[in-house]
Amino acid sequence: MISSMDSPPSPILSVEHVGVRFGGLVAIADLHFDVQPGEIVSLIGPNGAGKTTAFNVMTGFLRPSQGVVRFRGTALAGLQPHEIVRLGLSRTFQRTSVFPDDSVLDNVLIGLHRRTPARLLDTLLGRDRASERRLRAEARDLLDRVGLTARADEKAGALAYGEQRLVGVALALATEPAMLLLDEPVSGMNASETRVFVGLIRAIRERGVTILLVEHDMPMVMAVSDRIAVLNYGRLIAQGPPEAIRSDPAVIEAYLGQGSAAREAAMRAAQASPAQTSPAPVSAALEASHA
Amino acid sequence: MTRLLSPALLPPALLPLALLAGLALLPLGLAANPYLLNALITTGILTIGAMSLNLLLGFTGQLSLGHIAFFGIGAYVSALTSLGFDVEIGFGVRVVHEPWPAAFGFLLGVAAAGLCGWLIGRLSFRVRGAYFVIVTISFAEVVRLVALNWVELTQGPLALTGIPALGLGLPGLGSWTLRTKVQNYYLVLAVGTLCYLLIARLVGSRFGRAMRGLKENESLALSVGINATRTLTVAAVISAAMAGAAGSLYAHYLRIIDPDVFLFATTVTMVIMVVGGGKGTLMGPVVGGLVFGLLPVALRPVMAPEAQWIVYGLVLIAILFVMPRGLVPGLAGLIRPRRAAGAPPRPAGDHAGAHAGAHAGAHAGAHPGAHAGARPVEVRS
Ligand SMILES: Nc1ncnc2c1ncn2[C@@H]1O[C@H](COP(=O)(O)OP(=O)(O)OP(=O)(O)O)[C@@H](O)[C@H]1O
Ligand SMILES: [Mg+2]
Repeated sequence: MISSMDSPPSPILSVEHVGVRFGGLVAIADLHFDVQPGEIVSLIGPNGAGKTTAFNVMTGFLRPSQGVVRFRGTALAGLQPHEIVRLGLSRTFQRTSVFPDDSVLDNVLIGLHRRTPARLLDTLLGRDRASERRLRAEARDLLDRVGLTARADEKAGALAYGEQRLVGVALALATEPAMLLLDEPVSGMNASETRVFVGLIRAIRERGVTILLVEHDMPMVMAVSDRIAVLNYGRLIAQGPPEAIRSDPAVIEAYLGQGSAAREAAMRAAQASPAQTSPAPVSAALEASHA
Repeated sequence: MTRLLSPALLPPALLPLALLAGLALLPLGLAANPYLLNALITTGILTIGAMSLNLLLGFTGQLSLGHIAFFGIGAYVSALTSLGFDVEIGFGVRVVHEPWPAAFGFLLGVAAAGLCGWLIGRLSFRVRGAYFVIVTISFAEVVRLVALNWVELTQGPLALTGIPALGLGLPGLGSWTLRTKVQNYYLVLAVGTLCYLLIARLVGSRFGRAMRGLKENESLALSVGINATRTLTVAAVISAAMAGAAGSLYAHYLRIIDPDVFLFATTVTMVIMVVGGGKGTLMGPVVGGLVFGLLPVALRPVMAPEAQWIVYGLVLIAILFVMPRGLVPGLAGLIRPRRAAGAPPRPAGDHAGAHAGAHAGAHAGAHPGAHAGARPVEVRS
């Protein structure tokens, strides 16, 4: 086994000097970080920072202009999305997370695609009944895990936005990932749904799944992450445990920009209560900037 | 929505079975009307073509505008297999083929068309969309030119004539050659029913789910491990093979074919049948096939052929104006509300729409400064 000298022993995912350019726009510049097995790591940053682009590179939807992503030691360069998911790296999408015209149960059945050996000939001869029955049971299990059992027969496209996010998570889980990339999973969820979702993330991790989370909901990120990496304009500007990130001046700067009154308030708050859990200055600052 | 046979609707097999029974009994009343019987047979053959087109257009969303190529290849391969040929392919090499029974022609025609479907699929599904449309059109034109110009093999515009009728042989029981119209009618009905069942089974299986997934949300389908190229190529092979079967039936029924079997207009007719009947539904191409296949029969006594085309177009426009998704989904939509009245409460269409809309709005508002949404985020390179 070959592992690069400067990285800690056997990370499950390593992003090595990845860069992505869209024409003249540098969406990601020299992104370099590792995720260890069993960790919950969050990737945060302002809109347009390059978080989704990073996910697209990791899952084969985009080719990086430079650098390489390794998953469990395998370089992902040149692999198609459907090949990468078979290695155990699964993702959800920021915008559309369902097959809109199918029922929720059928959505998960589509997601279970890789979990049955059913061949076309078996289908044509009607020999796939047993495996189909098994799949249905598994699909119901998954819906139970994400709390969508009551919605099983509804059309996925007609669900509330937050519930569609859950369908997306169920689809990703259906592939039995070793690592899960979640792109803004709680957007569209209210506070109590978000709390339930945090429980779900922890339960997923308990089963040994490593999680990389992109999310704008700062209290949620602070509560759930072991480690946080912060992107701004495609560059990694900070990396560390939530407490350190919360009071990192570069991070607050990135979220608020120069000369903002909210920034000053946030800085003051950060200085006044560096170790305090809530309200987190970054999130307070974010709220202020949104107001 | 794409599934006509959802449990919320009729007992799934009722409508197709009723139609099948009706079609099976029809010749009893028509045996004395060869004109009508002939129209039914050609309509049935085109309907099989429409069903095969629907597998691609309706279930995978790929438009094959050269679909007639597979039909024509099935027709020519089948005819040549059963007629035999003797051609020089250059460098003094002659290929001589003695006539084989027509049933072998049918099988080879199906196989050859399926092989072409595989080639076209491999070639174009990496890029997809408009590219696929163009590749299929060009392919059909190339094949037509070959049929027109390779006179030694195909007789060119002079047509292949004297094609034998298809025969059914059972070892030990003797064989029958299907010469009469009634016999051909039942043959077409049998092949059509078989194709219908095959498609129904595919669509309801893991393979069908992969096709639906790719059509509804391709990025998401890829992300759960569905291999787009493979899935679409398999669909193209099956679709092309079925079109080839229809072509073979056509050749052995008419007993004569010329390069006009590759006419673009026939593809258009099949597209109209699929779209008018309801693409992406099992019964759509069947109903559309019968309606648009038999429309000229109904119009013939009252107007000139040129005028018939105009009416044809007007009927299609009228149907799509009233039922944008085609006859079958449209009619099903008329029946559904009445049935649903006694059913457990489900979210009605407009309620669901308002729901989704409200949440989409809420989402957009949740992140001030978020991108307007015009930019596609999930892209494939
Ligand atoms: N396919 C593309 N073509 C051109 N530019 C792109 C493309 N995808 C992303 N970008 C640009 O790259 C930058 C990073 O976008 P990305 O979607 O990764 O941001 P993000 O961090 O996910 O933001 P958000 O929080 O809004 O989701 C943005 O400036 C965006 O406009
Ligand atoms: Mg994003």
